[in-house]
Amino acid sequence: MSNNILVVAEVRDGAIKNVTFEMLGKAAALAGEMDGVAEAVLLGSGVADQADLLAQCGAAKIYVADDPALETYSSEGYTNVLSSIIQQIEPAAVFVAASATGKDVAPRLAARLGVGVESDCTDFALDGDRRLLITRPIYAGKIIATVKLKTTPQMATVRPNVLGAPEPDTSKTATVETVTVDVGEVRAKVAGLLMAEGGEVPLTEAAIIVSGGRGVKGPEGFEPIRALARALGGSVGASRAAVDAGWIDHSHQVGQTGKTVTPNLYVACGISGAIQHLAGMKTSKVIVAINRDPEAPIFNYADYGIVGDLFTVVPLVEKEVEELLAK
Amino acid sequence: MNAIVCMKQVPDTETRFQVSDGAVVEEGIQYVVNPYDEYAIEECLLKKEAVGEGKVTVICMGSDRAREAILQALALGCDEAIHLNDPAFEGGDAFTTAAVLASAVRKTGEYDFIFTGKQGVDNDNAQVGILLAEMLGLPHVSVVTKLDIADDKSKAIAQREVEEGKQEVETSLPAVFTAQKGINEPRYPSFRGIRQAKKKPYTIWTAADLELDPAMLDARSELVSVELPPERGGGRVIEGEPAEAAKVLVRLLREEAKVI
Repeated sequence: MSNNILVVAEVRDGAIKNVTFEMLGKAAALAGEMDGVAEAVLLGSGVADQADLLAQCGAAKIYVADDPALETYSSEGYTNVLSSIIQQIEPAAVFVAASATGKDVAPRLAARLGVGVESDCTDFALDGDRRLLITRPIYAGKIIATVKLKTTPQMATVRPNVLGAPEPDTSKTATVETVTVDVGEVRAKVAGLLMAEGGEVPLTEAAIIVSGGRGVKGPEGFEPIRALARALGGSVGASRAAVDAGWIDHSHQVGQTGKTVTPNLYVACGISGAIQHLAGMKTSKVIVAINRDPEAPIFNYADYGIVGDLFTVVPLVEKEVEELLAK
Repeated sequence: MNAIVCMKQVPDTETRFQVSDGAVVEEGIQYVVNPYDEYAIEECLLKKEAVGEGKVTVICMGSDRAREAILQALALGCDEAIHLNDPAFEGGDAFTTAAVLASAVRKTGEYDFIFTGKQGVDNDNAQVGILLAEMLGLPHVSVVTKLDIADDKSKAIAQREVEEGKQEVETSLPAVFTAQKGINEPRYPSFRGIRQAKKKPYTIWTAADLELDPAMLDARSELVSVELPPERGGGRVIEGEPAEAAKVLVRLLREEAKVI
């Protein structure tokens, strides 16, 4: 076993996603304390030229598996390729993004290797034996757990938008090793992609989210929410009440049975602040609440609040934002 | 159409937790069927009903306390239950849970597919369904929002949720699916269903009933400590007429919070 930490690059639409750099920054720091280095593995098709970015953010070595067979993700194919690489290089730990793909492949890969994997981790440290001490939320973030893995490699999926990415250092280079790809038997294959409407930044990656709840009163009530989100360059979220009422698709739901989000700014409009909704957004950097009810629990968690009718207030905020950004 | 649904019992999502002596306090907690497993149960029932024949077997690993949740699954329409109840199963992790479930599935009869909820809302691992698939040597599709099964049951097309929208995944059967909210609208049990639940086959298996490789029962994950998250206090409510308050808010977001 080496003292190195392997980061599986998150690639979507041919581009390496920011969470990869966040993982590399942390992996390089931890591996340094273990007298090892961070390494990266880049899977895909036509992605080899992006290896430089990985080096600049801390990877000392990059394994590139660039093959048309890997252009489309498959859990079995990626598990077959990654397990083969991992068994060869024997890293101390493996980080995978807690993205849709990462959360899909990491458990399969862990079971293949016979090891444990910790999900949706938000921080890492080393204990006295230089094993990872891993922080992760449980009970929808109502409890923060610190856990350890007994098996090696120690695998973790890492929540995006939490660790922060290092500044790229253009002086850094890395060894690049091409890996031969054997995708193996694949029984579950991606046949197509149905894009969500609006082309927004996915909620789990959005820096700004404007959300609507029961107070929007109907599907049309999301119009001012969408307009403010557009003005801010943000994405649209929703509470469970709005989703269950059929006013907006479930993919927008934030909360315990929806998505967990970590934006810089979360604007909650007509959302009372039920514990299950808070579970999904309370680690936002700044929370704004706009609600007619001064007693709404959300005001106990918001950094800024306006008590008022969202149909009056939200368009006014949108206007102020547009004026500000026009300057 | 034979389906196996794996479910668990979890604390109600209303629960406000306390930590005492380094552990989560268990008194006073209400337990329910894991919300995501309700979607899994419903999808199995719908698929069986669409074909008009078949069997839905619910498997649950849990202590005596889980019986109530299992009866709920039977009341909804599952045909038989297998309760994996043994102190040896406690104190494990997602890996050992999947290993126990896998050995129970191998002992159960033929099935066309296996369903679980995408995650348990207690540990939020979102792993067991996928681990189960790999351990059984089956393909899987996770976070499924729609499922169509071919008439000859040779394959299925699933929609799953990804960042950009929905992926369509085609898979051979049998396979493991994990259910995402939105895949269906779970039914409520009827009075008749509740009455019939207690008459349906309910089997308890302990470790002795299953062929378990001891190495697979060693938890890989170890809990070091738990704590409550930092309290987030309330901030300020901006007074004044809406137009004025909006102006102040945007200024504060730019100058004080620096988020726009």
